[in-house]
Amino acid sequence: MPSVELNQWSNWLSELGVPGLLLIPAIPLVFIAVYALYAGVYGERKVSAFIQDRIGPNETGKWGLLQTIADILKLIQKEDVVPAAADKTLYVLGPIIIFVGAFAAYAVLPFGPAFIGADLNVGIFYAVSIVSIEAVGILMAGWGSNNKWSLFGAVRSVAQIVSYEIPAGLAILCGVMMAGTLSMHGITLAQSGLQADGTNNGLGILNFFIFQSPVAWLAFLIYFIASLAECNRAPFDIPEAESELVSGYFTEYGGMKFAMIFLAEYASMFMVSVIISTLFLGGWNSPLPNLGPLLLNEWTNGPIWGVFWIVTKGFFFIFVQMWVRWTLPRFRVDQLMYLCWKVLTPFAMVALVATAFWEMYVRNTM
Amino acid sequence: MSSYFGTIKRGAETVLGGLKITIEHFARATKRRTPLSAQEDTYFKQPLGLVTIQYPSEAIPTPPFSRYRLHNDAADCIACDQCARACPVQCITIKSFKATPDDIEELGTTSDGSKKKLWLEQFDIDMAKCMYCGYCTYPCPTECLTMTPVHDFSEFDRSNFIYHFGAMTKAKAAEKRAKLAKYEEEEKAKKAAAPKPAAGAARTPLAAKAAATKAEPTAAATETPAAPAADAPKPAPKLSPMMAAKMAAKKVETSEGTAAPAGEAKAADSAATPADAPKPAPKLSPMMQKKLAEAEAKRKAEGGGETNA
Repeated sequence: MPSVELNQWSNWLSELGVPGLLLIPAIPLVFIAVYALYAGVYGERKVSAFIQDRIGPNETGKWGLLQTIADILKLIQKEDVVPAAADKTLYVLGPIIIFVGAFAAYAVLPFGPAFIGADLNVGIFYAVSIVSIEAVGILMAGWGSNNKWSLFGAVRSVAQIVSYEIPAGLAILCGVMMAGTLSMHGITLAQSGLQADGTNNGLGILNFFIFQSPVAWLAFLIYFIASLAECNRAPFDIPEAESELVSGYFTEYGGMKFAMIFLAEYASMFMVSVIISTLFLGGWNSPLPNLGPLLLNEWTNGPIWGVFWIVTKGFFFIFVQMWVRWTLPRFRVDQLMYLCWKVLTPFAMVALVATAFWEMYVRNTM
Repeated sequence: MSSYFGTIKRGAETVLGGLKITIEHFARATKRRTPLSAQEDTYFKQPLGLVTIQYPSEAIPTPPFSRYRLHNDAADCIACDQCARACPVQCITIKSFKATPDDIEELGTTSDGSKKKLWLEQFDIDMAKCMYCGYCTYPCPTECLTMTPVHDFSEFDRSNFIYHFGAMTKAKAAEKRAKLAKYEEEEKAKKAAAPKPAAGAARTPLAAKAAATKAEPTAAATETPAAPAADAPKPAPKLSPMMAAKMAAKKVETSEGTAAPAGEAKAADSAATPADAPKPAPKLSPMMQKKLAEAEAKRKAEGGGETNA
């Protein structure tokens, strides 16, 4: 592997005289905007259409590619309405906090061996905790709207997010134990196949944590299910529940405030996809192994390839999230809590203990 | 405990089953069905895949026997008014008047050989009112009024829904009306004093005027020949007095047809009609009687032909 310095790109930018510290956060922001437009809204509409044997947007531009641009232009032009009976401070702050919560987690997402916003030594812990701020924003939005549907949605959402933090956190701990670090960069490096002598074993996908432990798949599955709930995605979309609550906590929102909530939803979708890829599927490491003289793993690793792999893995999980969304019906509230407390949490405990024993007695004694 | 794991197992199985179904649909999205008519043999053998038909740009063809927009073949129409009377929503407006005997030739016959005796001045169908029951097409003696498979004919202006099927120009209608009035007068003079039908007796002046514009021979005779042409083709009357006038006119027409100038009509058209035709029902207009008689004669002739062959 060519020697890659972390923050190589931002250092390079600051050498050019560009304020790298300003640009680095801007890159994920632009990425979120573009991705939410295309992979998010357009992709979701197309995936749902194909699953339901429909065509989806196809009139605006070639294959309807300009449809989301047109939608965004419409949202921008809309009047910024604040309901008369709303609590104005909370109402305005709500979407901002929701979006900031989702966006702040991007600081620790490893986009490549040479690009990470901040390589915190508590990276994954930071991501989990900052995302919890979203619950506060949702409650502010729901309460501030002064609407019964919004309040119902917000209360459900908070109950759901707080509950699902527990299995999600336990599942994350499994990955953290296997890496021995909370740093997202460290977790990714632990799956790159680096050996003690500094060479790479070139096993590619076999180095990923999901194949390194017999219970990692369980933690992976639990985190995936819990992440659906944390993003309020179907089948855990009872906070939005358009058939019961109009659109839940953002019923009263329109225009750009609505767009921000929407953007936050897609941002957190990608965020959990990257976290799950980093924890269990090697992050920006190439899954291709070296096959004899074909040094596929070496060829497909590097700063640019790293970005490619992490985005590909992220998009794959976004596709799975959409696929699940358009397959399963919504949970009832009691079923939601049953799944969280009686199924996911005990199994996450089992996975945690099993991983601990595996790490102590099998993997690290070799 | 077993139910706990059983529930989890069942949940996992059903989730996977559902995901399998949806991904199959997703994978089939490369194929799509074509807008085939249900009559095609391959209709049920189309590939699975996208089912959306993008309607305005492509449409599943309606079968040729489907019954949507009305069409009247004015060349075949004998202006018998039966469709207008059958219509439950009064969306057909027919204006007609008698032809003078020397014009019978010019009127010609319908494609099934029926003689036409009335000028069809106006034949309007308001498709915005039409409820597609098809009741008007059943009584049509010449089968000129039909429902066509055209089902998509939306308009921006509601008045465009009034379809004008009558082919007569205003000028020609005026001319023929004047001719008829003159002829009636001559006939009257010849016959010398037939009792006038009490047309405008108990009616408002407006109704009387409207009745005059209709093919009411005695009233038309007293009017100037240009008058009927001036206010003849008024398709959609919005004012209620006008409506009342029109309905009154219709009544006059009907009562006139059944009651009064049967003798005249017979005298005028005796050449064209079989004189010994039996009178079927007193309610039917002389027009209809003749029509029925003709149809019966035809049936007889056909039946005879069949037995001969």
